[in-house]
Parts: sequence; C-alpha cells; structure tokens
Amino acid sequence: MTSPLEQKKIKVTGPVVVTANRAGDGAVVYRRADGGWSNELDAAAVVTDAAGAQRLMTGALGDDRHAVGPYIAPVKLAPGGQVRPGNLRELIRRGGPTIELPAAPRAMPKRDYRIAEPVHSQA
Amino acid sequence: MYLYDAFDRTLVAERVAEFRDQVARRLSGELTEEEFKPLRLMNGVYLQLHAYMLRTAIPYGTLSSAQLRMLAAVARKYDRGYGHFTTRQNIQYHWIKLAELPDAMADLASVGMHGMQTSGNCVRNITTDQWAGVAPDEIEDPRIFAELIRQHVTLHPEFSFMPRKFKIAVGTATNDRAALRIHDLALRLYRNGAGETGFEVMVGGGLGRTPFLAKTIKPFLQKRDVLSYVEAILRTYNQFGRRDNIYKARVKILVHELGPEAFAKEVDAEWRSIKDGNLALDAAAVAEIAGRFRYPDYEKLDDNPRELAAARRADRGFDAWMGNCVANHKLPGYAIVTASLKPEGGTPGDATATQMDAIADLADRTSFGEIRVGHEQNLVLPHVAQRDLVALWRELDAVGIAVPNVNLVSDIISCPGLDYCSLANARSIPIAQEITRRFHNLDLQRDLGRLHVNISGCINACGHHHVGHIGILGVDKNGEEFYQITLGGKADQNATLGTLIGPAVPYAEVADVVEDIAAAYLELRQRPDELFIDTVKRTGVEPFRERVYAAR
Repeated sequence: MTSPLEQKKIKVTGPVVVTANRAGDGAVVYRRADGGWSNELDAAAVVTDAAGAQRLMTGALGDDRHAVGPYIAPVKLAPGGQVRPGNLRELIRRGGPTIELPAAPRAMPKRDYRIAEPVHSQA
Repeated sequence: MYLYDAFDRTLVAERVAEFRDQVARRLSGELTEEEFKPLRLMNGVYLQLHAYMLRTAIPYGTLSSAQLRMLAAVARKYDRGYGHFTTRQNIQYHWIKLAELPDAMADLASVGMHGMQTSGNCVRNITTDQWAGVAPDEIEDPRIFAELIRQHVTLHPEFSFMPRKFKIAVGTATNDRAALRIHDLALRLYRNGAGETGFEVMVGGGLGRTPFLAKTIKPFLQKRDVLSYVEAILRTYNQFGRRDNIYKARVKILVHELGPEAFAKEVDAEWRSIKDGNLALDAAAVAEIAGRFRYPDYEKLDDNPRELAAARRADRGFDAWMGNCVANHKLPGYAIVTASLKPEGGTPGDATATQMDAIADLADRTSFGEIRVGHEQNLVLPHVAQRDLVALWRELDAVGIAVPNVNLVSDIISCPGLDYCSLANARSIPIAQEITRRFHNLDLQRDLGRLHVNISGCINACGHHHVGHIGILGVDKNGEEFYQITLGGKADQNATLGTLIGPAVPYAEVADVVEDIAAAYLELRQRPDELFIDTVKRTGVEPFRERVYAAR
C-alpha cells in the first residue's frame, strides 16, 4: 500500500524545516537532524530538496508520541546563518501572538512565549 | 439559573473520568494522535498554533457567579490568567496543557460545566438571547426550549456523527439578539394572529465560505411539536447531507441545493411518522424544565428612582454609561447591564481572571448571582436594581469593564485570528485594536451611533464578518495579509449579508478604510439619527466605495 506521504509529491523550492506541535502541551517544535525535536528554530534541520524534506517528514511522522501534525514549513536563512521563519504564520508560531496578552505581567511574560525547557526525544 | 440534576452531574463526571483515561493513554503512546483526535474534539479540545485550546460551553449564555469564579480559577491555574468569550456563548482557553486538561475539566465539572459538543459533527452548544427571561419584548423564556433540545441531543448517538456540525439558536423576543438567521436551525417563538404562540422554523443559515440566511420552512409550529420537528430536521440532514465534500456538508448547502420547499417536504414526511410519538411534548415535562429555571426573588420597586436622575446629571461618565450599557428590564425598578469586554486597545471578548472574579462578586451583590454571555462577546448582569447602578458603575469601571461603547464602532466582534488560530489566514485582533484606537474619542463614537464592525481572520467567519455593518475578512495574498471589506450586513430580525465594496486592502490600511467609511457616512446621512446601516441601505455601497478607493 502506498503511504499518504508517497502519494503526495513534496515540492521544495527553498530552505525548509519540519515543524509540529509537541504532544504534551502543543508547543511549537522543530525537527532536528539527530531525530529529536527542539523548540528553537535555530536547532532545526534545514533542507533544500524534496528528498531531504521527505526524510525529515518520515522520521517526524514516526514520532507521533512526541509531536503532532508535522508539516514542511519554509524558512529564510539570515546572512549569519540564523534560521528565520519563512512566513507570518510561522513567525507567529515561533514568537507567539503579535498582541499583548491581557493577563497580569506576573502570569504572562510580555513578548516571547516559547516554552523554556528543551525537548529531547528520539524518533 | 438552571438547576442541573443528579443525572446531569453524573454524565459530566463520567465524561471527565473517561477523558482522563484517554489522555493518559495518549501521553503513554498507547493512542496515536489519529485515534485521540476525535476523542479530544468530543470534549472541545483543539490544537491551535501554539497550544491546545479548550472550548467550554455556556449553555444559552447563562452563568452563575460560582461558575464564573470557576472559569477564572481555571484561567489562573491551568492557563495564562484569562479566557476568551466567543461568538457562540462559549469560553476558550488558549494555553492548556494536555496533561492538565483532565484536572481542568474536573474543576469545571464541579460547577456543571464541560466542553461536550463544542466541537465535532454534532449539535453544538444551543445559543439564545443573552437577555432571556428579563427582556421586556420577550414572550417566554427561550432557555426552556434550548434546554429541552439540549437534553434531547446531548450524546444522542444518531446526532453525534452528522455530515457536519449543526448550530441551533432559539429566540422568543421581538428584537433578535441571537443572530437567528445565521444558524443551521433557528427557532423563533412568536404570537400569531389568533393569539397562539408557536415557532417559526428557519433552516440552512450559516456564514463561512458560502454564506446563507436561514429560510423559513415552517411558518408556525405548535410548541408541543418542537422536539419532534427538530428531530425530523436532524434526521433529514443526516440522511441527505453530503459527506463526500466538507465544503458542501453543512445543511445550508442541502437546503440550497434541494430548495427550501423540497427540504421542508422531506422533513414533513419524516415528521409525520414521529410527531405523535414520545417526542410530543407534554405540558408537565415542559413545566418541569421551566421549573428548574430559578428566577430571583425580585423586590417591588419603582422605576427611575430620583437619585438615579441626579447621579446622571452630576456625572457625564455615568450618564454616558447609563445611556449606552443599561437597558430596560421587564420589571420596574430593575435594569439589564452590559459589561463591555471591548476596551480601547484590548482583545474583543477577552476577560482576565481578575475581571471574571470581580464580575462574579458584583453579580452576587447586585444581580442575584447571575451573569450572561452574549454572542457579541460581552457580559451581562441581568437583574440589577436601578438604585444599585451608580455603585455598580464605579466598581465595573475600577476593573476596566464600564466602557460605554456597546453597539458602537469600538464594540467589535472578532475571532482570535492568526494570533492563535491554526485555520486563520490573517490577524483579526490587532485590526480590532487599531480601530478602537482610531475611534478612541467617545463623542465621535456616539455621533456615529450604532455601528457594528465584525472581523474574521479567515473565510470560516467565526467573527461574523458577513453580518457586520462593516465586515472585515482577512485573506492571504501571496503571503501578505489583505482584508476584504463588506458593508450593510446585519444579524438582527432583518438579517442581511453585507456587500463587498472592492479589492482587498493591505493590513496597514484597514483602520484608514474604516475611518474613510465613517467619514463618508457622516457626510451622507440625511439626519443625525439616520443610522449607519440605514444610510448604506438607502445609498448602496457605491458612495462608500468611491470614498475608500479614490485615494488608493
């Protein structure tokens, strides 16, 4: 039987990463080259061709216990090599809502809502 | 308030236990996400951009102070100190962790609340007028019928896997405050020429990518038949609704494709076989449900106490609030108070735990412990003695919810948009916030008068943009946020879908466009009391289009 992944041709026209939501709390995570997940985009494995993207996706889909709904997302590479989100949706996923959240400052850091602890899970 | 019985409490508690087990199995890897997703959705748990989201139903928009305090406690303990009231009389928590969800649900269940049927292809939370039971223009309390239907459809196996979701609204007042005609099924109670009360039954309304207003398929339905007729509609939809294409699966498409007459014929055929069966309502069953809606022990009071008029004269702020947020109650000496959740620069519909606690306390002191939630994303204190209004205003003001902008340009309906939602194409909240800043001058807002701005961040239309006087729809154009503008929509008893005025405008220009439209209205209106919506109806959208695009 052909897997859904093989049925759908992956098109890659620039640098991409594989991203998903962490199963335990839904936080945004990125697939690392070593098969784990990180909440830091800079730690993500960046690929530029369909074969590389498919390899990352295959691993990600096999790690359903740790991350949900993986997909290929575009990124931009800054001159210094830093990885930047490729579109607004990914920018918001990485940085949190673009608005100030309404709760008290004690409960709510102002700008960056990324979960602090790193994720280490193996596929 | 409605008093739940042991059956309801057991049902909710059992659901929490069941979900706790499902979450444990998901976290241990025993359940895959594919297996778990339908289970979590049955409890209102979505996965959004940054986190899981829990949607909790507020049946017919009625909350006790104890329930509101629990909503605040859940916001503090499991979320980030706030919640978002939606356009369907629900509350959403946007930052819930999966492992903590069962505990959050158990806390909610302790006050009879849950997320059942706030997601999935079932009958969703049944909505109604937030002034139910207190509105002067109401015939009967609509919640009695909403509750009857709720009891019948809750976990009903036949209606748990329909072609698509099914939203029901019930209205019983002259003025439609429940946006009836944009629902899959709307029931409007009225008195006919012979003096009998019965329901006009409307089916096939809905917004989204194919907006329709519901069509009347039964002009007058006896009250005794309401449950059997609803059942017949649901069965007809279940049988003929499309399951092959999610975009054509809602009942509005079926009603449109069959035509309302043919749809009504199918419903009637089904109905004939069940109308005199056990779904025919007997008066005792209705009376039992009606009896569980407890009304306050109102005092006998005079209308317009003298100190109220004096306070209005003495304080312009209080006078503005009285004129805008306070409505007539069905009983003399009482008032219905709307607490606006639309402060300048705020997120429409968001309330902090502190605000929720404050409103719960104020409800205990001034509104017999009862609060309502409206589809416009504001809260209501439904039973306030007029003599308490001055003190109440001061206390609401102290927590930032006495903004006198109800139904004005800054009382914006907005979905969470791309700041939270995984379906969105564009942001809604910052657009709403910028518009409230542009129109921060309350005198200008009052001069503009009744003006509903509704914003959706995608075509699914959770922000009801099609029925906004000014509707704003976010779209993605080659990775950039653009916004389509419609004019002339409304969701009241004369519901109308808005008309697109021209090409979409970029994010940075949306507030400018709303200012242009407001300026055009001020020039076009024939009299200061010609409402915006009436001016648009009289002139059409052309003069507004010219104004907006002349400079672009």
